[in-house]
Amino acid sequence: MDIKDVENLAKLARIELSEDEKKDLLHDMDNILGYVKQIEEMKIEDVGQEQGVHNIWREDIIEQRDFSSEIIAKQFPDAHDGFLKVKKIL
Amino acid sequence: MINLNTLTIAKARVALDKKVFSAVDLAKVYLAEIEKKNKELNAYLEVYDDVLDQAKEADDRITKGESYPLLGIPLAIKDVILIKGKKVSSASKILENYTASYNATAIIKLKKQGAVFLGRTNMDEFALGSSTENSAYGVTKNPYDINRVPGGTSGGSAVAVASNMALAALGSDTGGSVRLPAAFCGVVGMKPTYGGVSRYGLIAAVSSFDVIGPITKTMEDAQIIFDVIKGQDILDSTSVPDNFYKKLSPKEELIIGVPWDLINQEGVNADIKKNFEKVVKSFENLGYKIKDIKLPNCLALYYIINFAEVSTNLARFDGVRYGLRKDGKNLLEDYLLTKGAGFGKETRRRVLLGAYVLSAGYYDAYYGKAQKARTSLRKEFKELFSGIDLILTPTSPIPAWKIGEKSDPLSMYLADIFTCTANIVGVPAVSLPSGFIEIERTKLPIGVQLMASHGQEDLLFEIGKKFESNIIL
Repeated sequence: MDIKDVENLAKLARIELSEDEKKDLLHDMDNILGYVKQIEEMKIEDVGQEQGVHNIWREDIIEQRDFSSEIIAKQFPDAHDGFLKVKKIL
Repeated sequence: MINLNTLTIAKARVALDKKVFSAVDLAKVYLAEIEKKNKELNAYLEVYDDVLDQAKEADDRITKGESYPLLGIPLAIKDVILIKGKKVSSASKILENYTASYNATAIIKLKKQGAVFLGRTNMDEFALGSSTENSAYGVTKNPYDINRVPGGTSGGSAVAVASNMALAALGSDTGGSVRLPAAFCGVVGMKPTYGGVSRYGLIAAVSSFDVIGPITKTMEDAQIIFDVIKGQDILDSTSVPDNFYKKLSPKEELIIGVPWDLINQEGVNADIKKNFEKVVKSFENLGYKIKDIKLPNCLALYYIINFAEVSTNLARFDGVRYGLRKDGKNLLEDYLLTKGAGFGKETRRRVLLGAYVLSAGYYDAYYGKAQKARTSLRKEFKELFSGIDLILTPTSPIPAWKIGEKSDPLSMYLADIFTCTANIVGVPAVSLPSGFIEIERTKLPIGVQLMASHGQEDLLFEIGKKFESNIIL
């Protein structure tokens, strides 16, 4: 890894980093990735497609949920007439 | 005068029902302890202003003749579980002023019983860490030595129980987050089977590992809380009913597996090993058969999946709908500034690591391989538990370390070596206090961990209680 990789990952993750932190992160990430690379040596049996996952269905019935839309609206960083206000995208 | 040192949920229930003391009396005693100790220990991020009102309500119900195991019992709640109308921040700056708009399912169940919530407890930000040092609101201190960490991530909850600032607490466990702080603080910490307790209203760290669990003084108390919060929930599709896994019938001779290879390797503290050997011997003396088993070191596998899921789960904290927003020139700049300022150092690190292990060029080598290894490990565990009933290990390879001592993140990750396996395969586990070791003339509590196969919490409770009453260390 080099500093460009850190910058690219930070861009993908939408996180702003200072120059100092980029250097720190490069050092830490090299160490950590070096360690977790051990996974390469982990012996695994051929598990095929068996992942044990299946869909969980429930009936399409309307049920009462106890939540407060008032509290939700209060959390908006910016609002206009009770609507969430966001920046122009295009 | 209520003696908090010996008080348990079970004893408090009897006293409340017999009106030896009221729920208000009990709440007042705990509030006074918090007032005395919390400034130094920093276990609570917030003590609720309606504690006495909640206790009064419980007293009214007791007067009416109602009785539930948790009616009027004062609990601490980790700052990652939603209580409607209360602040919940996951110990992060990005959620500093966030107020929950609904109740977690576990909270609804506790409220029905009439439990009293004292406040929300400190933790590692977004449950990422092993020491509670990653909180945006300062570290929690270990009550046995305030220069040391309480373990993490549910450090505040463990300290609250250990220092009589709550009778019991809820934590959440992703890779040892209930068990490790329980061991470091000399209390019981239980991680239920994955899906055994609904995750609805638990702020997600690693969705395929997370589970809510109790931190208590005794095994019996852990069982009382687990029995209340367990069960399938329509709002969490990964939750399972209590009878989902077949309960094993009681056996005459139980076999406990011990992974000596893993315990004898470098990095396990010598005194912890000595204490563990004594525990094994005591189990043998109680009539259990001990069997040497092989367990792989699962840390690499654990952390790859951890990084990947953390990275995706935390993407939603972007300053748009809730939480902190740092205003930039455009939307992209809003994101960059908000996440840069709102996330702490370890959180930023794991988000980037997650982006890395999931990125196109490295997916197969890291995340893909880890998922396959996980499936393989599950299969291995199934086979393993056909020959044994329980697995016994120390909870942590090392005792509570000094605050700031582990500045290298990787060295802290290694503390999860014995605990993370239960989360990868989803089996229940419990950490029990196993005495003390002395370091620099300070006695520090340590713990041992028991794991059982899926859905066999009852076995953990049974053996755990026997351990408590028969094994003196």
